Amino acid sequence: MSTTSVEIGLERETPAGLETEEMTLNMGPQHPSTHGVLRFVVKADGEIMRRAIPDIGYLHRSIEKISEKVGYHGFMPYTDRVDYVSAMQCNQGWAMACEALAEIEVPRRGEYCRVIACEFGRIASHLISVGATGMDIGAFTPFTHALREREKINDILEELCGARLTFNYMRIGGCAWDIPPGFIRRATAFLDKFEPLIDEYNELISFNKIYTERMGNVAPVSPEMAIAYNLVGPNLRGSGVKYDVRTDEPYSVYPEFDFEVPIGEGKMGALGDCWDRYMVRMDEMKESCKILRQALGGLPEGPVVAKVGRTFKPPAGEAYVRVEGSRGDMGWFVVSDGTAFPVRTHIRTGSYSAMAIVEELSQGLMIADLIAVIASLDIVAPEVDR
Amino acid sequence: MQGLADRLLTTGFLQGMPTELGYVLIVAFFAFVLLNFIMLVAGVTSWLERRVWGRIQSRIGPNRVGPQGTIQWLADGLKNIMKEDIIPEAADAPLFRAAPYLAMMGFFATFAIIPFGDGLVVADLNVGLLYITAVTALVVVGVLMAGWASNNKWALLGGIRSAAQIISYEIPAGLAVITVVLFSGSLSMQTIIRAQGWEPWNWFLFDNPFLFSGFFIFFVSALAEGNRTPFDLPEAESELVAGAFTEYSGLRNLLFFLVEWGNLYVIGALCTTMFLGGWKIPPITDNPVLVGLLQFATFFLKSYFIVFVAMWIRGTLPRVRVDQLMTLCWKYLTPIAFVNLLGAMIWFALFPQGLLAMRVLMVLLGAGIAVYFLSRVAFHLRRAKPELHVSPLA
Repeated sequence: MSTTSVEIGLERETPAGLETEEMTLNMGPQHPSTHGVLRFVVKADGEIMRRAIPDIGYLHRSIEKISEKVGYHGFMPYTDRVDYVSAMQCNQGWAMACEALAEIEVPRRGEYCRVIACEFGRIASHLISVGATGMDIGAFTPFTHALREREKINDILEELCGARLTFNYMRIGGCAWDIPPGFIRRATAFLDKFEPLIDEYNELISFNKIYTERMGNVAPVSPEMAIAYNLVGPNLRGSGVKYDVRTDEPYSVYPEFDFEVPIGEGKMGALGDCWDRYMVRMDEMKESCKILRQALGGLPEGPVVAKVGRTFKPPAGEAYVRVEGSRGDMGWFVVSDGTAFPVRTHIRTGSYSAMAIVEELSQGLMIADLIAVIASLDIVAPEVDR
Repeated sequence: MQGLADRLLTTGFLQGMPTELGYVLIVAFFAFVLLNFIMLVAGVTSWLERRVWGRIQSRIGPNRVGPQGTIQWLADGLKNIMKEDIIPEAADAPLFRAAPYLAMMGFFATFAIIPFGDGLVVADLNVGLLYITAVTALVVVGVLMAGWASNNKWALLGGIRSAAQIISYEIPAGLAVITVVLFSGSLSMQTIIRAQGWEPWNWFLFDNPFLFSGFFIFFVSALAEGNRTPFDLPEAESELVAGAFTEYSGLRNLLFFLVEWGNLYVIGALCTTMFLGGWKIPPITDNPVLVGLLQFATFFLKSYFIVFVAMWIRGTLPRVRVDQLMTLCWKYLTPIAFVNLLGAMIWFALFPQGLLAMRVLMVLLGAGIAVYFLSRVAFHLRRAKPELHVSPLA
């Protein structure tokens, strides 16, 4: 095992007579690897960080407040902007919250379409994540290769709903459109091509010696710490906690599908290090392909959307639903007073809690490691602030 | 060049001119020619790198300006020259301005002794390799100066990284160079090439196991000294924004990039000179012009092969971390280089004339590695075929 930076941080002592000064570095909001507008105030001693204090709020767009003004139907396009890297799951979260309020039953074909859209969205999001991680570590090639495949997913989703990034595909009670003719054939063709490519990515970057040295053993998060910090999704599973909303608190038609929940095993050093978190995403893409094959193969007939009035007035009450977004457990809380506008909406996102753990993880790491930590936590700036 | 200058002054068209003035004129002329040549080399390298990188990354790369984008570098250079040259208010202006020129000088000076052919060298110094080691250190001074004078913490970190890295890797590089010097008996670049032959088994690379490993030690150290991936920490765009060059814009920024791409060629030229037989060509013609051209082409292509390998590495590998970089240098590369030097000395004492059997063995080993490598490449190309929608000349 090579010397980790943590050891160096502990061993380091200032020689007598040599006064060193703590350096305050401002990483972000404009920095190449903070993926959007994140800001970290880094207290560093040369290359070694004392700590990195996350500063959030640069991308706050009052999305939750907007819902109180635009109503239930009108809020659907705004949910795309909560996490624009994987907008489908946000759509689903909002739709499910409203359906829970009004107790609407979604047609089975609608649920299948949702699952198909969401799993494609998950693959696209994880592709960006793993590609960007490679780029942050200094290898540009995985990024372009990942984006090449993501483009194809965007094409597929464009066929489905006409948009490539902010889909606005789902509606309260189902989906906006049925799948187009020939969609199943093209989607299956993509999966046939994509599945072997995951192994190719692994060959290219995941098991590269330099890459495993950079990612392995860096910033390990123990299962207890992950739970204490409320990590969710791949970050939590990277620490070896087998928890996935899709299997543990099933929603939609996920119980009908057969898939594994990959967890981190500490193959490259400590359990829950950056490499584990990264690898969970790689494995999850394979599982998403499995779900997609089953969903595309067993698509039932029928309508895709239930009958929901143009003026949607759910009875007074509140609902909290959870979906497994690409960045983990997304909670959607909505309070209704019986009018056409929600009284209060709150969205609980995975990136927010992932941001909180950075400060503790960063102590004693090197500046280059902070980049790896941010990348492996897959923080998406708009999801932090909403 | 000395001989040529004397001949021109005594018999050529410079006859009757004061000797000092004549020398200055001749040196200025060669410097001008060389500067243009370097710009061409650095520019073409930048274009080639972007094309090669593009192919590796499954995209096309620049192909709009000129046929196949060949004069893209001219357009980029022009753009950079026309840009505003911003000097930050808090920067140390004189140092900030001077830094790129210092770096440029360090790399420009190396070209003076690179032997492109039998007579095609500006100055065949008898301390050639020592001179190269000395002048390339100027680049570090430039980068460090840029990092310090920018008055920017990212730039400072980049500058310090660069200094630490280059100074550390000079040691294994120097030790590998000494191994070559041991066998050639001279520091002069031309003498080193003349000690080798045109056939691969007469190259220093395949002379014995110690020179073989010395080549790899030198190549790795040279990559680190040239700030190339996987050792491109001084710029590390994902960590330090642009490292030491964060505050630079316009022409000064361009100069730093010129140094980087030019240095890439210098690495190739040094590897070619010391290990790959330099400009040596088989005796096929007596025509001096043709011989000169062939020698130049041989040297140029061999160096560009090394450059291509460096580009390939850049397209494949991630970047190491600072402590790993230092660990690699001090814990592995330097001791290995020392042992290698010791081994080379023993070998030289045992077989001063070299050993034919070992040469054959080394060539076979090299060929084996090459065949294995190419078969792997062929395998992956076959497997990836459906994904190659774009022809290499798109």
